[in-house]
Amino acid sequence: MLDMFFSPNAQWVLFSALTLGVAAGMVGCLAYWKRQSLMSDALSHAALPGVIVAFMIIGTKHLPLMILGAAVSALIGAWLIQWIQSNSRVKEDTAMGIILSVFFGFGIMMLTVVSRSAGGNQSGLDSFIFGQAASMVRTDVYTMLAVAIIIIFTIVIGFKEWKLFLFDVNFAKGLGMSSRLMSTIYLLMLVLVIVIGIQAVGVILMAALLIIPAVSAYYWTHSFKAMLVLSALFGGVSGVAGTVISTMGNGWPTGPFIVLSASVLFLASFLVGARKGMLVKAIQFKIQQRQHALEGGRQS
Amino acid sequence: MSVLAVRDLSASYHKNKVLYDVDFEINQGSLTGIVGPNGAGKSTLLKVMLDLHPKLSGSVVFFGKNLSQTKTRIGYVPQRGSVDWDFPTNALDVVLMGLYGKIGWFKWPSKKDKALAMASLEKMGMADYANRQISQLSGGQQQRVFLARALVQDADLYFMDEPLVGVDAATESAIMETLKQLKENGKTVMVVHHDLLTVEEYFDHVMLLNKTIVKHGRTDETFTKENVQATYGGALRWMKEA
Repeated sequence: MLDMFFSPNAQWVLFSALTLGVAAGMVGCLAYWKRQSLMSDALSHAALPGVIVAFMIIGTKHLPLMILGAAVSALIGAWLIQWIQSNSRVKEDTAMGIILSVFFGFGIMMLTVVSRSAGGNQSGLDSFIFGQAASMVRTDVYTMLAVAIIIIFTIVIGFKEWKLFLFDVNFAKGLGMSSRLMSTIYLLMLVLVIVIGIQAVGVILMAALLIIPAVSAYYWTHSFKAMLVLSALFGGVSGVAGTVISTMGNGWPTGPFIVLSASVLFLASFLVGARKGMLVKAIQFKIQQRQHALEGGRQS
Repeated sequence: MSVLAVRDLSASYHKNKVLYDVDFEINQGSLTGIVGPNGAGKSTLLKVMLDLHPKLSGSVVFFGKNLSQTKTRIGYVPQRGSVDWDFPTNALDVVLMGLYGKIGWFKWPSKKDKALAMASLEKMGMADYANRQISQLSGGQQQRVFLARALVQDADLYFMDEPLVGVDAATESAIMETLKQLKENGKTVMVVHHDLLTVEEYFDHVMLLNKTIVKHGRTDETFTKENVQATYGGALRWMKEA
């Protein structure tokens, strides 16, 4: 099993899982404070039909073009969610529910059609559902790395701007920041991190890699910078751990193991997180109780 | 000298027109209270003037120029409830945000910037809380942080949306003291205010608003029983008689 660490291809796959996790952790942090955790789930499901349609048009598995297809269909999904909200009485969560299931259902339908009609070259398409990091080839890894690095860079250089935008958008506008531009960049990053992640993690579970590291990080810190770094760290560790575990069995999907690793980190944060983990809260309460008793119920 | 001239301003929320025919001028060094019933469009007026909410018609001129040319001279204090105080950051960091326009986009705040922010916190009596997580501040302290953020901008014209709501008496007098100092330094301040009992004490000018301006002028001339009743409808009992 240790062989995998020495094969250059496996090292590339691991490295890209790490970078993907870091990028997803960081974008997830933005999504968390934009109150759009669920949006990432809707968008990742909405990416599936784009992948399949792109494959049908080009007839072979060519990742950059399939990523483009995924991005287009996720953006159409995002636009439709907005459109439904502003043109009807339907609320955001319902709109997301509709788009998520309709797009995903349509994607699965297309996948079935492709599997029936095309020859052998469509094999591996279903890895987009649960993710198969091992199915990635060198060029896939390059594409993923390039996009992930652009995302990480965009968040790092605009750190101060993202913080202001997420905390107080009206004040930001008052200072002359274009909230439309920031929202557009944010949405592009969200869609990009989803589409580069779906081959490794799969459309169903991609959202977990955006949501779980961010919320776990929130249990540890009072600072946005630290939350961003921790979320990136948790995402990266989950990506690597999940990929390693999934290579232990023949044909094990990567996505579920990445999510499982992220969940273990979440559980740990939830229990012993320094800021408001359950255990810390309980201990603080016990200390207070004891002090109260010592003081005989008087005010300290 | 007029620092703000608003002409024929109107705006709507969804299907309802919330502001119409709003027309006024504000002179430099005035401290104006915007007063009116719930839904009178007080907060909307501030937002429309600052382009945070679209206007249906009208024009807004700051210092003889348009908003984009004068943004650095304008300070805005949003309602405290408009942000999520669970956001992971501390008081000093929030005040620093007031300097982001001057620091420049994509640059990091310098030590000097931090010193400026710290001095501003100190002015609001909040120096001891600089590193406190903002969710652990009381409502009054959060409001002081917002004021400190506005002060550090060193603007010439300030808009404040209900800065006195939900704060304790000490904070209220600290905030009013700050506003008076701003006025003494030649700054102009407009404040959305809800407490009719303190209008005369706090503001030299008052704008009585109910979707349009009922009356606007010096407080001693404008804040009369007739005008206030015209703004709120007949249901209001004039407190001076009580």
